[in-house]
Amino acid sequence: MKYEATIGLETHIMQKTASKMFCACEYEYGAAPNTHVCPVCLGYPGALPMMNEKAIELCCKAGLLLDCEINSHSKWDRKNYFYPDMAKNYQITQADEPLCLGGHLEVDVNGELKTFTLERIHQEENAAKNTHVAGASLVDYNRAGTALMEIVSNPCMHSSEDALAYLASLKQIMEYGEISDCNPEKGQIRSDVNVSVRPVGQKELGSKVEIKNMNSFAFIQQAIEYEIDRQTSLLESGGAIVQETRGFDSDRGETFSQRTKENAHDYRYFPEPDLMPVKISTEQVELWRSELPELPVQRRTRYVNELGLPEYDAGVLTADKATSDWFERAMQHTKNAKAASNFVMGEMMRLLSEQDFSISESKVTPEKLAEIIALIDAKTISTGAGKQVFEIIFNEGGEPKKIVEEKGMTQVSDDSALESWADDAIAANPRPVEEYKAGNTASINFLMGQVMKASRGKANPGAVMQVLKKKLDAFC
Amino acid sequence: MLGEKEGMDINYVAHLARIDLTEEETTLFQGQLEQVLHYVEQLDEIDVSGVEPTAHAFPVYNILRKDEMGQSLGHSAVIANAPAASDGEIRVPKIIDQ
Amino acid sequence: MDDLHKLTITELSEKLAAGGCTSVGIVKDVLAVIDANDGKVGAYLTVDRDSALEQARAADVARAAGVTSPLLGIPIAIKDLLNVKGQPCTCSSKILEGYIAPYDATVIAKLREVGAVLLGRVNMDEFAMGSSTENSALGKTHNPWNLGHVPGGSSGGSAACVVADEAIASLGSDTGGSIRQPAAFCGCVGVKPTYGRVSRYGLTAFASSLDQIGPLTKTVKDSAILLETLCGHDKLDSSSIEMDVPTFSENLTSDTSLVGMKLGLPKEYFVKGMDSEVEKAVRDAVEHCKSLGAEIIDVSLPHSKYAIAVYYIIATAEASANLARFDGIRYGLRIDGKDPLELYKKTRAAGFGSEVKRRIILGTYVLSSGYYDAYYKRAQKVRTLIRNDFTEVFKQCDAILAPVTPTPAYKLGEKTNDPLEMYLDDILTTPTNLAGNCALSLPCGFSSGGLPIGLQIIGDSFDEQTILKVGHAYEQTTKWHKQKPEL
Repeated sequence: MKYEATIGLETHIMQKTASKMFCACEYEYGAAPNTHVCPVCLGYPGALPMMNEKAIELCCKAGLLLDCEINSHSKWDRKNYFYPDMAKNYQITQADEPLCLGGHLEVDVNGELKTFTLERIHQEENAAKNTHVAGASLVDYNRAGTALMEIVSNPCMHSSEDALAYLASLKQIMEYGEISDCNPEKGQIRSDVNVSVRPVGQKELGSKVEIKNMNSFAFIQQAIEYEIDRQTSLLESGGAIVQETRGFDSDRGETFSQRTKENAHDYRYFPEPDLMPVKISTEQVELWRSELPELPVQRRTRYVNELGLPEYDAGVLTADKATSDWFERAMQHTKNAKAASNFVMGEMMRLLSEQDFSISESKVTPEKLAEIIALIDAKTISTGAGKQVFEIIFNEGGEPKKIVEEKGMTQVSDDSALESWADDAIAANPRPVEEYKAGNTASINFLMGQVMKASRGKANPGAVMQVLKKKLDAFC
Repeated sequence: MLGEKEGMDINYVAHLARIDLTEEETTLFQGQLEQVLHYVEQLDEIDVSGVEPTAHAFPVYNILRKDEMGQSLGHSAVIANAPAASDGEIRVPKIIDQ
Repeated sequence: MDDLHKLTITELSEKLAAGGCTSVGIVKDVLAVIDANDGKVGAYLTVDRDSALEQARAADVARAAGVTSPLLGIPIAIKDLLNVKGQPCTCSSKILEGYIAPYDATVIAKLREVGAVLLGRVNMDEFAMGSSTENSALGKTHNPWNLGHVPGGSSGGSAACVVADEAIASLGSDTGGSIRQPAAFCGCVGVKPTYGRVSRYGLTAFASSLDQIGPLTKTVKDSAILLETLCGHDKLDSSSIEMDVPTFSENLTSDTSLVGMKLGLPKEYFVKGMDSEVEKAVRDAVEHCKSLGAEIIDVSLPHSKYAIAVYYIIATAEASANLARFDGIRYGLRIDGKDPLELYKKTRAAGFGSEVKRRIILGTYVLSSGYYDAYYKRAQKVRTLIRNDFTEVFKQCDAILAPVTPTPAYKLGEKTNDPLEMYLDDILTTPTNLAGNCALSLPCGFSSGGLPIGLQIIGDSFDEQTILKVGHAYEQTTKWHKQKPEL
């Protein structure tokens, strides 16, 4: 018998807000423990939550970016469970009336375009961070109550490739939409993965196993693959799958049983009396829609159609939002898209790969790249010199024009100097001259090299070529 | 509808509520709460079809807060209130999945 | 003693303005009464002696500098479930042992702004769960009229201290009658404002959709004065309503005519088993209002009889979540365990009293898997019907007259063994909490045993002015409020 896996993801994404979901505390990654806390996010007696309007906006915009329907009426619920990272011992979330319904995502999985559908997106609050020491655990509530949205996919994926492509695309869209920085190391994107396996042809899904709270994409892949194998072998050997929650042991690359259905939580959801419902008008939705930033796929098309870049360049430049934004800024200062693209894909990416800072922190700013390109286009410097200037600025900083002057990189286009170097080269190298005359036009490259050498690289190659051609052709 | 309700499994409910009950409490509360539950069964006689539930006495909408940072509590007050703390964090017995 | 403690806010405020006394003088006088009487009454959990005197001095300085406010320098007692920065907030529970509030409740901040003196914190039923203050883990409070009787609850300390002249006024909270019932039992004025009128920020929640903070005072006008300060929108409480607050007290004049006023008498509120003296006192009060010119009409609130069932589902469900935070992790009592689960269970077993445990278990049960629709959702729907009844009735009349309680204050210990019997006593007060509208309780007589009887005046939502006006007219033309217990 053949088996197939079905996978659904519940992805928690921390939104980019200045303050927490229900209180005015700041969230700062890496801050000293319990310094960004208040009566609300610590669950002190008497404290009451107040909704952060920016979080609502970001959640709805995420929904619009994923083609969800924005619910005109949405409400809040309490999800009750005791855990030291949940200060009130209930989480404020949305049970039956989330902000966003439906939606989908088109994703390229190994060259095949697939559509993955969403069930919903709801807004909730984050939990605190626990760390474990000998014989005890420590709780830092700085993260408690930060704005967190949960994007729930339908069980519509069938392999770890599907899941990873879905997650990568989701992450890219959330970054582009400025909904979240989606940094997995900072826990800004975490997923619960539901995996079930059934015989091919069976209508009902198999018993669902949930693997909780993973941030690393590599671990998610390993966990899915392990779980599909485990469930398939179990079914093949005549066993049954138990509906349960499993954890992932990253050291062993295995999942392990945590909680079975019999011990499942009884969350006792009920409407949150401390918060009022949210109504969202069509006008509001349209306003938000008009404010949506361009998505990578739209940008890619624009780069090809309007900037005339090759598909390949457009793909590389838009893969990462920071790079694409940097390129966009450069395009505000230069019209030479291909030159800018070449520099970003070539020099910039090569140099960045040896460093551990991001493009936005590079000493070469978009403005400076535009200046370098302008110097090349004006034939003041050669392309090679342009690359040198780029690298100098990247490493040490500085102004392109000043560097060109200080290092004497200005190209020589003056005919009298070029002619004298050309005459010298022709006189000193009779053999290539003969070969050229005999019809081997490639020999001119050797002579050109000689001239460039004599000019110490400052001669304008185009001009040199013209002068040499003129002189050699005159001999014929 | 309420007639189909089984008796309350007080041990299960006390576990959900995270309260250890003594044997005396278990017996006492079981009896008292069954009386209360019996009393509230009178709600079954009302026809509530088509009636919207009330969650808020005066529902208003979109009570929002600007996304602005405000004052947090002093760290020392937070730690002073905590029954146990180390290294600026609140200390609890080792967390194992429940 | 200057007998300043016997005066009302209105009287003291005039005296202070005229230079007839100082706030320090008032506070010293009240402290002396507390010293003399509170051993018997047991209203206070903590008297903030030094702080109160310091606040009084500051009030006197402010007054000398030209600041005026009716509450400037007036000592007020606080029900111990309101957070007062730097002070404990026990909720009369062992579980909050060691907790120091790091912030002021909005109402406390408002009282500070107008220069009121926070005198100390008074006893209550643990987490406001109870009707007799016998559920306090921290002490017994006695009815000042008869020390063998309960003061009512849950704001029993708040009512007892005002009646015993151990405070000029106090703050309480009312979830199912917890201001009005002790006011009736002890013989003072208590107001439950419309839900959303007073910010709940800083009020330790019992049932979030029902809780309201309100005043307990010696006169209706004093309640009006306090309400003017307490009411108003708060951006820290989503359920607080943005609506203008009238200057209630200025609208209470010496004109005691009720001509043009229609008052409804709901037949369902004269319940079976009601004490005949209570019924008589209330019916006499209705006649009195008629004599002041009011038109009395019969009205019906048919779903109010379900209020207790609805209330004990909704209130306990909300409470089961609200009280989940008392877990021994971040503050308060902790009984250690080998893991958090054991810690929670031991801490909550040791920290909560019986009534709190009972209600948490009931509330947990009605929300648990498989029971939500049958209990909670159905209760929410019946709540809608109870609300609709009031909406209909307020199309017919301006306010409703009713008893507050079926009986006068009962003896200490009389009902502690039968929770359901005690719950049933809330039948006349809980409908208003479920509907959200406002109500006032004021003295309207005494039983043959010398215990006070209360009249309830129920108003439409956000129409506190009308119930204050009716109450003021009744009070100004009767003498019940002038009677004082002998201590």
